[in-house]
Formats: sequence, structure tokens, C-alpha cells
Amino acid sequence: MCLAIPARIIELEGDRAVVDAMGNRWKAKTTLLPKAKLGDLVLIHAGFAISIVDEEEAKKTWQLIAEINDFRDTPNKVSG
Amino acid sequence: MTKERRDRILLAHGGGGRLTDELIRHHILPRLNNDTLAELADSAKLNLDSKLVCFTTDSYVVKPLFFNGGDIGKLAVCGTINDLAVAGSEPAALSLSLIIEEGFEFELLEKILAGISEAARANGVDIVTGDIKTVEAGAADKIFINTAGIGTRLDDADLGLNRIAVGDKIIINGTIGDHGMTIISQREGIKFQSQLKSDCAGLAGLTCELLRNTEGVKFMRDPTRGGLAATLNEISRGSGLSVEIREADIPINPTVQAAADMLGFDILNIANEGKFVAIVSRESVDDCLNICRKHPLGKEASTIGEIVETVDAPVVELVTKIGGKRIVQMPYGRELPRIC
Amino acid sequence: MLEQIYKAQRLMDAACKKMGRPINIMEVCGTHTVSIFRNGIRPTLPKRLKLLSGPGCPVCVTDQSYIDSVLQLADHDDCLIATYGDMIRVPGKSGSLETKQSSTNVKIVLSSEDALQLAKDIPDKTVVFVAVGFETTAPATAVAVKEAAAEGVDNFCILSGHKLVVPAMRTLLSEKNHNIDAFLCPGHVSVIIGFGAFAEIVEGFGRPCVVAGFEPLQIIEGLGAICQQLAEGKAKVQSIYTAVVTKQGNTTAQKIIGECFEAADGYWRGLGLIEKSTLKLKDKYSRFDAVRRFDISEIPAEDKSGCRCGEVLCGLIEPPECKLFEKTCTPDTAVGPCMVSSEGTCAAWFKYGRERCR
Repeated sequence: MCLAIPARIIELEGDRAVVDAMGNRWKAKTTLLPKAKLGDLVLIHAGFAISIVDEEEAKKTWQLIAEINDFRDTPNKVSG
Repeated sequence: MTKERRDRILLAHGGGGRLTDELIRHHILPRLNNDTLAELADSAKLNLDSKLVCFTTDSYVVKPLFFNGGDIGKLAVCGTINDLAVAGSEPAALSLSLIIEEGFEFELLEKILAGISEAARANGVDIVTGDIKTVEAGAADKIFINTAGIGTRLDDADLGLNRIAVGDKIIINGTIGDHGMTIISQREGIKFQSQLKSDCAGLAGLTCELLRNTEGVKFMRDPTRGGLAATLNEISRGSGLSVEIREADIPINPTVQAAADMLGFDILNIANEGKFVAIVSRESVDDCLNICRKHPLGKEASTIGEIVETVDAPVVELVTKIGGKRIVQMPYGRELPRIC
Repeated sequence: MLEQIYKAQRLMDAACKKMGRPINIMEVCGTHTVSIFRNGIRPTLPKRLKLLSGPGCPVCVTDQSYIDSVLQLADHDDCLIATYGDMIRVPGKSGSLETKQSSTNVKIVLSSEDALQLAKDIPDKTVVFVAVGFETTAPATAVAVKEAAAEGVDNFCILSGHKLVVPAMRTLLSEKNHNIDAFLCPGHVSVIIGFGAFAEIVEGFGRPCVVAGFEPLQIIEGLGAICQQLAEGKAKVQSIYTAVVTKQGNTTAQKIIGECFEAADGYWRGLGLIEKSTLKLKDKYSRFDAVRRFDISEIPAEDKSGCRCGEVLCGLIEPPECKLFEKTCTPDTAVGPCMVSSEGTCAAWFKYGRERCR
């Protein structure tokens, strides 16, 4: 009942954040995660960060996370 | 009064009088420069190489008008070129019809005309005839464009749903979902920043090369609205045969996938504007892929599946990454962002 | 990945053998239902392992009277309905929000914050936020209500359709369907409530509860873990979604829910009245409660259409057993929410499964 995807906090001011998911940047609130900080990988649902993501565990769970490392290594990996 | 004239479209620009004339001669002709159009005749006279022609039309109402990788003008040219291309023809000429809302800024119209002109030039096709109408403010959403196109059928092309047979392979020239997700990323209420870029491009150069250099291409279609899912379902229904595709073999840009995941969209249902699906004989698939991969618009060409026997009714099935199977339905026609 | 799948499949086979009868595992989450179908997981499971879809689709379990109330409010000229896309196509008595959208009184939002912003941007309209979802989504609504109160955004209100998962599981086991051997528990609800919340199901009913994420490997490993427990005759709470789920959950989110909402008795489509299973705004925030602002009655609608969504939601029947399925009830001509909702069992079955994938 809940779509949520991992994204990294790349801007944070108070509880207003900008998160990045594979190059897509979304606004999100960290009101529910007061301990969240810049650089954290968080789980985003309906515009809110609801959990910090344990990156080691995440690699086992999400294919996307595993691809993040590939993505970082090949900065031109976009279509066009 | 003079400043208004210069900045925005007035109803009189569509009235067939001085302002229309000014618009055509000072803004349109300089950009879409060719002898046929310059005649400004009621109809364009064409000399085509063949009596076997393809003829198509499409209207373009995309919002936003400008997006990363293109604009409504480029789309209007490439979209119609692609319909001619996948039918196995070489585009010969296009028509251009503009319906413009009163008050539309000239600056934006110029940008769109530039998009049209560049796309036409890049694809070696002339806009040979056109029309301009204006409507009152509120009667249209800024600008609507219609293009129609004529192409001459290639001798080497023998395309048809009835040619498709069990064992044929399905190829696509690159990643899916790029155009649709780019558009969505810039829509009001959904806006998000991204590196997404529309794949809007004219495919005739690639398709003609394919048809001229191989014999095994049996059918082609461009997966625009409704995405790959709609196109494969149309092919399945039209041929009476079933389709099996493999999730792991469908090329998808991870950024596009992540954007779709965030909104709960199914990438298979998302529009493409620079892609075509080809059904080719098993023997010719390697040649087809080689030709595609040497072309700038086919670098990531892949075999994504094949035509299989039908059990009770024609169906499109997907083999998932974990080896499971599911049906790919004809999409509803509108993707809605979800949280569940 | 294949190694892990084989391992899980071996555990499932072993359990089926040990139990000597079909095993029924209920997945209490619409997103699990969809993921199972989209990834074609069913055909990879042993034939004697049956997956039941539960009432974890917030759209499906929303009573029709709720949708009818929203549609009525959409008719008010001074109301603007802000809703997640999930609710747009759900049919009420007089159409759906989709058919109303042309009147521009309906806006799709991605977040409760967007709805609040709409209220700030358009002060002469009352924005009604269609607040559906389980515990995963309720905190977002609570934050928006708190902000509305702090900033005095009085033209903002919510129609709460938020529901709680554990009370529904309790009712299922005690009243509706005794044939559930174990639960595959919702991953993202658990992020909020913590996997410890399922202890009462284990202790009260002796059913294993395993929390899993939504990737196919997670689901298959989750089923494997359940089967391991069943084979060992155990019942305990377990989570394999270790990347984001903890035992205690997100306590900040729980606190915010508690500040704004209280648990109330409420109607679930198909399950009837369940005690303390819905979230109602506390009196402190009553001015943001659309129920009180517009005097909305909460009598459940009587359904005479022959729709069997209720039984589907309890895992008592599969969609093909409903006479309307695929005939009068299809995604384009949906009779009940299970077909309309993107997460509904009937929609998933129609869209991805049907006979070929059984």
C-alpha cells in the first residue's frame, strides 16, 4: 500500500530537503526524520522521508542502489 | 499598438489579410525556405519518384511546449516523419497547420518555428504547404499543430501484420520511456528537476537503411502514446499471434526508471518519440542489430523478444527478471501518479 | 540472486511437504499484491503454497460512502479537492473524480504538502485533502494538519480515510477467515509502526508474521522465511527488510500521528465495522476535519451490485470466482474498488494474471 523509493539528500534547510534519485531531483520534507542529514540515503513516500536507509543492507534489497555505483562511475549515462 | 503587434499574436494574424501575409513572409518563409512553399500556392505540386506513396497525419498538443530535447515544433515534424518511416517509406514532403490562440507570444512562436525548421532540415524534408488560423483567447491552449506527410514507398519494403510469423524476433532501437518521463517531469504539479531528455528524433534515415540493406524486416511501428505496451498489443491483436518479451532485455535508462518508480508509473506505458519496434525474421536479426548499432539513433538497439504460438487468444507476455511471467495489458491511456 | 531464490524455494517445498496440506499465506499489502503479479512470482511457487491477497489496499477498503462524500464536495463551487492519483478513478454512485476533473475542482497532488500549498495559494476556496492510506501515509497528513494549524490556514481540511493494519488482521483472523496460516507483512507500514507491532498477531493467534520489502527477491525470501517457521512449528515476528525496518519503527512519525489523530471505530469495505481501526482527527484539530466542517454522515453504503470485493479482500475467494469479474467488471467498467485500484487484487489479476499465470 505504499510506494516509496530511496533517494539521497543533496540539500537540506530545516526540514525542507531536495533529494536525488538517479539524477532526478525532488522536494521532500524530513519532518518525520529529525536526525536526517545532508548526504543520507532516505526512503521517500508521498513527499516525506520516512526512514534512513542502511546502504549495505539496501544493496541486497534494491537493484537500483547497486546501479547507483555504476551510475556514479559513468556520468554520461543518460539518453539523448 | 505597434508594440502589441510585434509581441503577441492577434486574431488578425489568422484573417488572411495583411497580418497573415506579414507573418508568413517575415517569420515562416525565411525559416522553412524552399521553392515549393515560396510559391504560396493553394496546393503544393509534387513530383514523386513513385506512385506507391504513404500518407499520414498527426496533431500535436503537447504540454509543456518546450522540454529538454525538443519542443512541439520538433515533435510535429519528427512524429509525422516517423509514421512515414515505419510504414517503409522515404519522407518526401510535409504540410504544416498552426492553430494559435490570440495573445500567444511571438517570441515563443519563433522558437517553435526554429524547432520545426531545424527538424525538417536535419531530416532532409521540406514543409511544402501550410495554414495558419487564430482563435480567441481561451479557445485553444496556446498553440496546436497538425502535420501531414507524404513519402514514397521503398521497393525493398514489404511490411505488413500478415507477414509476421511465429519465431520472428522483436527489436527496438534503444531505451524506452525517455520522452514521456521528460514531459511529465516538467508538468505543473509534478515538476521535478532532472537530466531526463526526450528522445525526439526522425527515424527515416535509420529505417530506410535497414530496409535497403536487409530482407528480413516484416513490420515496424513507433511506440508513441501508450508506449511499448500499446504497440506490442496492437501487433499481437493485428497479427493474431502472441508476443513474448523479456524484462531483462528491454533497454531502460536508470534515471528514467527511477523517475517512473517515484511516481508509480509503468515504463512500458510511457511514450517514446525516437524509437521504433521492428518485427524481423530470425535469420536477419543479427544484421538488423548491426545496422542499427552503427547509426546514432540505434546505438542501444536490442532484441527484446519474439513472436510465439497463441494458446487461446493472442496475448503479450513478459518474462520477468526472476523468471516469472505476467501479461502486458493494453494501457488505459493515462498514467496517474500513485502513492500506493 | 538465483541462489537465494532456490534457497527460498527449497524452504517452501519443505514446508509444503511437512504440513501435508496446502499452505495459505496472506499478503496484507496492495503493493505486495501488485509486485507479486508484476514480477510473475506466483508461477515460481510450489503449487500447494497459496497466496491470498488481503485488505491492504487503502482504496479498496474505503467504503463507498467516503467516495460519494468526496464527489459531493467536488460539486461545491467553493471547494477544491486535492487527491493522490490513486483515488481518481474509484467509482461512486455518480461517477468518479476523473469524470469531475474537467470541472477543474479536482487537483492531483503528490504530497499533503502540495494540498496545503494549494490552500495557501487559493484562499477563497476550501481545499479538501482526500487523506487515504495506512500508517505509512498518515504521518504526512498529520504534518500538514499541524502546519495548517500553526500557520492559520483555515481553508484547509482533510477527509480522513486513514486506516490501521493490525486491527484489520485481528478481525480477519477472529471473524472472517480462519484459513490463514501466516502473514507476509507490509514493508513500508512497518517502517512507521515497527515490526514489533505484529507481536499481538503472533501471540494472540500463533501465526508467523514476516515483514518483507517489495522487490521480488524480498518477497520470495519473505515467503521462504515464513515457510521455515511453519515447518519448524514456530510462530514469531521477523523482518527481512532490514534496510529500513526496525522493531520500534519511526517513533517521530508515531508521535505525530498520536498528536493529531485518535483511533476510532470505522467501516472497512468487505470487513464491516472494525474497532479502533481508523484515524479520526482529535478535537483539537476539529476545524480541519471535513467530516465536522461539512457535517458528513458516515453510514456505510449498501452494495447491491453483486460485487464480491469484500470476500476478495478477506482472501475468501479469488477474483475469478466473482460472477462479475472480467464480464461486467473490468478495469474500464469497474464495479468495485478491487478492480479500479491499481493495487486491487481484481485489477492485478485482470491486468497481469488470469489463467495463464496460475
